Amino acid sequence: MDLLAFAGWCEASLLGTTVREVGWAFAVIESIHLLALSVIGGAILLVDLRLLGFGLTRQSVSELSRDAQPWQDISYVIMLVTGICLFSSEATKCYYSSPFWFKMGSLILVTIFTYTIRRRVVRAPEGKIGRPIAGLVAVTSMFLWFCVGAGGRWIGFSG
Amino acid sequence: MSLLPFAEWLAGTSGSIALHESLFMYPVIESVHVLTLCLFVGMSVLLDFRLLGFGLKKVSVTDITDRLLPLMFVGFFIMVVSGVLLFYAIPIRSYQSVWFRLKVIMLIAAGINAWTFHSTIYKRVHEWKESPVTPRRAKLAGALSLFLWAGIIVNGRMIAYNWFDCDMHQSKFIAWAAGCTAEQQK
Repeated sequence: MDLLAFAGWCEASLLGTTVREVGWAFAVIESIHLLALSVIGGAILLVDLRLLGFGLTRQSVSELSRDAQPWQDISYVIMLVTGICLFSSEATKCYYSSPFWFKMGSLILVTIFTYTIRRRVVRAPEGKIGRPIAGLVAVTSMFLWFCVGAGGRWIGFSG
Repeated sequence: MSLLPFAEWLAGTSGSIALHESLFMYPVIESVHVLTLCLFVGMSVLLDFRLLGFGLKKVSVTDITDRLLPLMFVGFFIMVVSGVLLFYAIPIRSYQSVWFRLKVIMLIAAGINAWTFHSTIYKRVHEWKESPVTPRRAKLAGALSLFLWAGIIVNGRMIAYNWFDCDMHQSKFIAWAAGCTAEQQK
């Protein structure tokens, strides 16, 4: 099935129609999407800034990442679920939106990066990862998440 | 006292018009405002979670306030500057938005909550800073902060919707709450 047909199917689905036709639904779901953004932002930044030597430097990176992991995972799921609801209400518009594709590309990259390389680095025993590598991982993570966020915001501005 | 004349004057300044009409500046400023949530509210949520016992339990409360509050202040500064610019770009509609008004009220409440926390239970923080279970007053402050900031974010997002704008027909209550003039409501 090609993507445009898939987008059309999403839009015609019960979920897509409901979000589009219930006056407040889109705004409310979008607000939840934003609330989860604040939490995921805090969880990611806590660890990334720590990798760069800012914030809670008296705690080890692995200790902080264990604390931040559940918040990161929970808010990721909330963002995904609310994101799917928002998408399905205007899937065809998203299909023709370059910021949307930019966001999805960045999201796939950052998800893979976060749950493979970054996970390994933040879980490593103290002193095993050199500062340049730790810094590079933190900057890459923040940059990719920034692309996701900025791309997301830009969907609303374009078209 | 109405600040409407001030908003009207602001809307007529060249800076406001330029910002309002610019193709990129307004979206860029708004994106900065939204994404800074991660830094500002993100850090403040971490402290609230610690106060409520949701996590960072082994981290001393003063570690969080000493090391994360400076980051939070950086975020807050960016929030205020970008927020003022957003208001400056659309002064009259923002001033007459019930969402914006609610947001300001909740911002003031969040400020009072933070001030109360710092001037009461936080004064004795060395007695409880290492304990994973915080005093009730501290928990209350954390819960209130979470609630207020969530409300501020939601209200802020809703400003973009025109359901309660003065140039549409509104109920008496909304027209009053938004400060719509009789002229606009004709």
